[in-house]
Amino acid sequence: MLSSEKARHSLAVSVRGLTRRFGERLVIDALDLDIKRGEFVALLGASGCGKSTLLRILADLDHEIEGDVRVSPRRGVAFQSPRLFPWKRVWNNVVTGLREGRDRTHADAALTEVGLAHRGDAWPKDLSGGEAQRASLARALVRNPDLLLLDEPFGSLDALTRLKAQALVADLWQKHRQAVLLVTHDVEEALLLADRVVVMRDGTVAHEIVVDLPRPRSPSERQFGRLRLQLLDWLGVVETTPPASRSPSLISQISDGH
Amino acid sequence: MSSDPYAQNPELERIIPARRRGRHLAPRSLSKSTGAIALVLLWWLATTYGWISEDIFPSPQTLWQTFLDLVNGGELGDALMLSLERVVIGFGFGFVTGVGLALISGLFRLGEDIVDAPMQMARTLPWAGLIPLLIIWLGIDETPKITLVAFAVTFPLYINTFAGIRNVDKTLVEVAHTLNFGRAALIFQVILPGALPNLLVGLRYSLGSAWLALVFAETVNAQGGLGYLITHAREVYRVDIIILCLAIYALLGLSADLIVRLLEKLLLSWRQSFDGA
Repeated sequence: MLSSEKARHSLAVSVRGLTRRFGERLVIDALDLDIKRGEFVALLGASGCGKSTLLRILADLDHEIEGDVRVSPRRGVAFQSPRLFPWKRVWNNVVTGLREGRDRTHADAALTEVGLAHRGDAWPKDLSGGEAQRASLARALVRNPDLLLLDEPFGSLDALTRLKAQALVADLWQKHRQAVLLVTHDVEEALLLADRVVVMRDGTVAHEIVVDLPRPRSPSERQFGRLRLQLLDWLGVVETTPPASRSPSLISQISDGH
Repeated sequence: MSSDPYAQNPELERIIPARRRGRHLAPRSLSKSTGAIALVLLWWLATTYGWISEDIFPSPQTLWQTFLDLVNGGELGDALMLSLERVVIGFGFGFVTGVGLALISGLFRLGEDIVDAPMQMARTLPWAGLIPLLIIWLGIDETPKITLVAFAVTFPLYINTFAGIRNVDKTLVEVAHTLNFGRAALIFQVILPGALPNLLVGLRYSLGSAWLALVFAETVNAQGGLGYLITHAREVYRVDIIILCLAIYALLGLSADLIVRLLEKLLLSWRQSFDGA
């Protein structure tokens, strides 16, 4: 009894039997998921598998649910689009909603962490896509959360900016060690960043894999490649070109699983 | 190799840098006033060369003289102050009512159920038709005039502010939720700023209606103010005074519009929008 109580205490997320319907359609079907404090979990899945819905539920944005869901009360959320308030300057966007410390120095400290200190006075409309996404990350981090929920935060960035943003998230996580749930459809991103990769299909956890690779990681490592193939297989990916003529960028097709 | 790539690639189109486009045109301030200046010129020609009788439409010179007479006699100053006072007070009441009701029905579903239907019904009332009723109910002093202005101001503000509140980006409301905003913070930091562009559209409309309502109220029944000057001028057949007062109404309306433009510049500098080509 005591040990299970203790186990619960070391968790940032605990989900038991979670079900979410949209009308007749079951989007999440009796799902179980635990995330330990300080653990970095990537949630992979084809679009429509329910992964973003799960994140919205954990972020307390969707309450039409059945089941037992418990999350850390100190949460930071970053969405696929930056969702900055267009009428607040960048620094004010970062510290908005804080109970205390809603001042410029605090904002600048958070912006420095994401390498955006020089843009504090800008309006959100004047930021580039990558800058806006970093500002959104700073806003999630400034609250010093125990749980960081990231919903495809790099999805709308170009390839180069995405690499930088991923490195930034890896750095910040090494420093703060909060629990992270990263929703993504990018296999390499999941393997670069996460301690554990969870593959979702048809509203449940279909597979799980512990990524026991030293950090910082590189996609060129042999072990990395093996894990990637395993995940692609689980995701039902069909390699369209034979390995011999394959270009460096992965050309693949993710089937819906239907 | 040729030094002029254009000669070799005549099918290429040259993209012209912005500062060189239309460089022969006059500055913007001048091009804006061209139409107005042309009209005044036409007016001056028409009256000077006798195309129009001075009894029907006085010349610019006559009008200027009338203006000086009225200013020196003090009538114009007094009338203007009185009219301005009515507009400002009426607008104040109308603004508070319109925006306040829009907040109630925009923020709360119960508020919408209770407030919106009556407002939509009252909105269709032609407010100029209320004047006889207002005179019977409120007498002939300042109250009916201020009420009429307030009435005319309330509806454009209500409708636009309500639409603005309901158009606020839902994803931003979600962000506010993830940042643990309280109710007041949600209203003042998310919903009102988001509704502000629409509110300012409503403000512009309502300032226009305010002047219109004032003209109606003052022309039908007045003991002072610009409308009174007009009514009095009609009785003594002074076309010049009538036109002068109308011009002043127009100028006041124009300056109200300028105030709103200035407000938009100050309050909406965060907005990314199309400014016209």
